[in-house]
Amino acid sequence: MTTATLAELMIVAASEAWRDNGELLASGITTIPRLGASLAKMTHSPELLMTNSEAYLVAEPVPLGPLGDYVPQYEGYLGFERVFDCVWGGKRHAMIGPTQIDRWGQTNLSAVGPDYKKPKSAVLGVRGLPGNSICHPNSFFVPNHGPRVFVAGEVDMVSGVGYKPERWLPGMKQDYVDLRLIVTDLCVLDFGGPDHAIRVRSLHPGVSFEQVQAATGFPLLQADDLSETPLPTEEQLAIIRKLDPHNLRSAVLKNNPPAVGARG
Amino acid sequence: MALNKQKTATEAIAHLRDGMTVGIGGWGPRRKPMALVREILRSPLKDLTVVSYGGPDVGMLCAAGKVKKLIFAFVTMDAIPLEPYYRKARESGAIEVEEYDEGMFEWGLRAAGMRMSFLPTRVGLATDVLAKNPNLKTITSPYADGEVYVAMPALKLDAALLHVNESDRLGNTLLRGHDTFFDHLYARAADHVIVSTEVLHEKLALDAHTAKLNAFERYLVQSVVHAPGGAHPTLFGPDYGWDLEHLKRYNLSATEEGGWQKYVEEFVNVGEAAYQTQIGGAERLAKLKLPVF
Repeated sequence: MTTATLAELMIVAASEAWRDNGELLASGITTIPRLGASLAKMTHSPELLMTNSEAYLVAEPVPLGPLGDYVPQYEGYLGFERVFDCVWGGKRHAMIGPTQIDRWGQTNLSAVGPDYKKPKSAVLGVRGLPGNSICHPNSFFVPNHGPRVFVAGEVDMVSGVGYKPERWLPGMKQDYVDLRLIVTDLCVLDFGGPDHAIRVRSLHPGVSFEQVQAATGFPLLQADDLSETPLPTEEQLAIIRKLDPHNLRSAVLKNNPPAVGARG
Repeated sequence: MALNKQKTATEAIAHLRDGMTVGIGGWGPRRKPMALVREILRSPLKDLTVVSYGGPDVGMLCAAGKVKKLIFAFVTMDAIPLEPYYRKARESGAIEVEEYDEGMFEWGLRAAGMRMSFLPTRVGLATDVLAKNPNLKTITSPYADGEVYVAMPALKLDAALLHVNESDRLGNTLLRGHDTFFDHLYARAADHVIVSTEVLHEKLALDAHTAKLNAFERYLVQSVVHAPGGAHPTLFGPDYGWDLEHLKRYNLSATEEGGWQKYVEEFVNVGEAAYQTQIGGAERLAKLKLPVF
């Protein structure tokens, strides 16, 4: 019986997004995506580029939280202006947590509610989502899989582009849109269905497809090889502990549930 | 030669007029010219169009009712993700907004600095950035590819406010942060640049390595204001980190009855010198460590 937490299982699942990406900038935004990218670089994909989340490229992922004696190993510079250059050139794969996601993979980080001029909830703004989504590969992280995130209709303010045909007029280049994985607290989804429809690719231990469907505002497909999301190995857990010495990952999910046995 | 551009904050801000489009340098809770923002809060200025990668600068100007329109990509204080007064202004419909992707925003500043009406980009296509903004147009490539792009309009600024690490009275500046974001582009996009500085020199005399920290030419700068601690409570590398305690207090004021008025009385109306004393002076700034991300 594993002692791994659900957060740790999600870190391992997130790390898979960066497998076989080649040399590009891996940007995991917030704790679990960042640990996923870091784990990818420490294990199957050392060719990835990463920053210290400020302005420098680092040779190895920087642990989260207070650094103590740890000295970051810089190998280059990547301030925000150069990050944009990198985005536009397509050599980046980001994983962020949007406020809403719809069946077309469109995302919202700006404003929730029907009236854009007077939103029910003003979030952050579109940030870099329009550029990220139309320029380079993207994956998403959802710590609270439910119909408020996976909305029934279109997201309220389309910040990141997706595969909705009506949004793409003649002459608009869709070639670089490349949505990969969605890692949630219930499952891993991808865009592998017909016309990039969202499919469940693996279910976390103890979760049923029906449960995921009930928590999603639109119909889901099942991947032909639908499987159970793998548990972290002891080697992966050891690396995660090293990357997150202050256990910030334990604060991401409510009550920090175990990977196995939390579902009723 | 009238090359002494030193002014008091009051004199510098007196150049601004109601209804102007004002760019504010920095990024979220980082490198914000807060002493100049506080000077605006004390002034009778109104109906501003604020152009900013927004942080507490935007929040405070919204709280004080100075903002008619906000041109932005986000407003956040990072450690406190949701900016409370921006949210209030937005959710009550008190401000007009023009929302862009972070990179489109850069493109708009660049276009203004190059005296172009727009620059083409793919970014914004197929999103509501385009759909919610009827003034934002697309353009078709005149070449064989025929690709359709967004024509990102120039973000021309009447004035830009920037906080720098060092400046001389001529307007030669040094930006020493690990990342100095897009301050150089704000300087180019503006008709009138007001720089506030931690350290003021009579005249800079630099070695080649240090001269590389000069991000824009002095002919772009009209006013230099000596304002030590002038980015507080935001992060200002390498001199001081953000003041999370202060930001939390500011954030909390938004949940209290009359909270903003109390904040203004305690920290704004008193004037900049008293503000710096209130927050604990240079000693406090020295204790604000740069955050680890």
